[in-house]
Amino acid sequence: MKISRWLRNVILTELFIPITLLIVGIYHGLMQTVYRAGLIHQSSFAGLDYYQGLTLHGVINALVLTTFFAVAFGHATVAYFLKVEPRKQPTKISMWLMIAGTAMASWAMFAGKADVLYTFYPPLKAHPLFYLGLAVMIVGSWIPLFDWIGLLKSWRASHVGEKVPLAVWGTVINFIIWFTCTLSVAYEVLFMLLPWSLGWKATVNVALARTLFWFFGHALVYFWLLPAYVMYYSFLPKLAGGKLYSDLVGRITFAIFLIFSIPVGVHHQFSDPSIEPNTKLTQSLLTFGVALPSFLTAFTMFATLEYAGRKNGGKGLFGWIGRLPFFDSSRYLFSYFICGLILFIFGGFTGIVNASYELNAVVHNTAFLPGHFHMTVAGPVILAMLGMSVHLVSQLKGKKIFAPALNTIVPYLWMIGVFIFSAGLMWGGLQGEPRRTNLGLSYLNPKSDLFHPQWVPDTLLTLCGGFIMFLAAVFFFIVFFGTFFRKQTQQADQLEFPVSEALHDEKIIPLFNDLRPWVILMILIILIAYIPAILDVFRFAGPGAPPHLPGSPVPGL
Amino acid sequence: MQFLGVELDKYEFRALLTAMVVMTIFIFSMLYVVGARRSDVPQCVNFDKSYLTPRVDKIDDSTYEVYMVAQMWGFQPDEIRIPVGSTVDFYLTSKDVVHGFYIDGKDVNMMAEYGNVTKRTAKFNTAGVYKIFCHEYCGVGHQNMEARIIVGFPSNQQ
Repeated sequence: MKISRWLRNVILTELFIPITLLIVGIYHGLMQTVYRAGLIHQSSFAGLDYYQGLTLHGVINALVLTTFFAVAFGHATVAYFLKVEPRKQPTKISMWLMIAGTAMASWAMFAGKADVLYTFYPPLKAHPLFYLGLAVMIVGSWIPLFDWIGLLKSWRASHVGEKVPLAVWGTVINFIIWFTCTLSVAYEVLFMLLPWSLGWKATVNVALARTLFWFFGHALVYFWLLPAYVMYYSFLPKLAGGKLYSDLVGRITFAIFLIFSIPVGVHHQFSDPSIEPNTKLTQSLLTFGVALPSFLTAFTMFATLEYAGRKNGGKGLFGWIGRLPFFDSSRYLFSYFICGLILFIFGGFTGIVNASYELNAVVHNTAFLPGHFHMTVAGPVILAMLGMSVHLVSQLKGKKIFAPALNTIVPYLWMIGVFIFSAGLMWGGLQGEPRRTNLGLSYLNPKSDLFHPQWVPDTLLTLCGGFIMFLAAVFFFIVFFGTFFRKQTQQADQLEFPVSEALHDEKIIPLFNDLRPWVILMILIILIAYIPAILDVFRFAGPGAPPHLPGSPVPGL
Repeated sequence: MQFLGVELDKYEFRALLTAMVVMTIFIFSMLYVVGARRSDVPQCVNFDKSYLTPRVDKIDDSTYEVYMVAQMWGFQPDEIRIPVGSTVDFYLTSKDVVHGFYIDGKDVNMMAEYGNVTKRTAKFNTAGVYKIFCHEYCGVGHQNMEARIIVGFPSNQQ
């Protein structure tokens, strides 16, 4: 379908800005593996401090890119499947708020005034513009949800007796999760951290701030993941040459995410003081609930791929695997999706380790953690985002893909890199190697009293993986910017997706066609899980903390 | 097989069942370890200013209480000597920002937060030097935070 020029420009802007920033994010990803392997024993390199770069890496890759992409892809999905464009005014206001917020936070980070990492735990204090910028960006990303809900309502009124398109069901659920979970971090940032960083409030309740952050922080990972799930359910089957095994399972999956994504955040705080063991155990069990939709998805995706492989002529128990279009440059999205899925098998299982109450004590805050989440956020999430960004740019700008063969191997190279990288980090983590630490200055520095030679092999392995990932990213940037800036050869302003049919297209079940009962259930479970956590924090916490700059043990602004 | 009035595919049903069984096994193992190995998450302790005074209290020959204070960028006390077979209660708090507390080779893993106290108990049955790392970013000197627990060396006996 053809879309308006203004909408095309909004989507392109919301892809171009974060992917340009991603160059900085990826560069520091590589640099961290270099510092950590002890190749350089410095606190900074090329004018960028380790922890400043780590902040940029986290904020750009995990917050800015993901949020911009989810909004841009959401606009595209809603416009395509409901055949109606979002309203111009709110869409543009949302874009400008997100850009303004990103600009403020980026200034603070690049100026070295916000070396607080993407979790910004107080009482480490950043420049007020860092907090304000993040809040403005988040508020900007709320606006489309209300616009889309309006469009969905009028679509339902004119399509009585039809199922809400699965992609729209997933997208709207994702933004309901996002809106609900970001309420807490918006409160933390605007009412606790911002006045405190300006000196208007003397202290901040550290345990409360962390609890509010993780109310948001874990649901955030599903906000990253669900756009990829939308693509897996709606596009992957068609790309593979088959049909989606079951439409209903897709709907159930997204509904379970809606109710379980948020009331699990305390599983990031198993090692924290001031939250009772029972509260932690409850949320650990709820976390197993949120693993269920991913088990369902794993089955559905394998069943879908097997169906497609057999339809393509594959025979025997495993013969269908060879009949999938792994290296078809005209179906490059398949390559991006399949690599993400393979990584996610391992990302999912290591995630269950982290979510397991006392077992978490073995790995909490060690290098195991980044080992795990690079197989999720740097697995299915980023690969789906990057592949889809190339697809959208090529369609909307009417450009052919630049270097199509390179584009097809990028995800495989990336996947190999991530496997090696994550294996190194997890191996290190099981030997106690901490995350978020400039190891090159002390533990991996033979001249230091703290030299810890046990971590030499695993950090070197991580370094190898990091190099391969970086190489894949460079290839991706060549493809993306090459496509973006090459000569237009096709009709522009087009929006097409490889939409799949369902093999088992079940009849309408009203429960899975209406979001309201699920939202009510979501709110109930959140209240049951989080009221005890908040009460614990107030019951046990002592005095609030004054602000600290990262460079000084003496409190001060 | 019917589900909500819809015919459920038999393979789908089996997958669902397998997922449920796998998760039940995970959850059972998790709870079993809590009960059988007495390995648990940190306990909550009400804050009191006395926890800001770092010290090691000897209760008897094999029972110790360590009041650990994390600060930018070190632990106090930074060297603890105990005999083999000691049981140690670690009380942890922070003087400034959030710090981590991880005893290498033990499953003691806690966060140190200003105005909050947390507690874990560990038994040291093997002689050796146990390093304590800070695993939460706490400012420019984060990578220099380390403390040691020295278990069972002769100088302990003095």
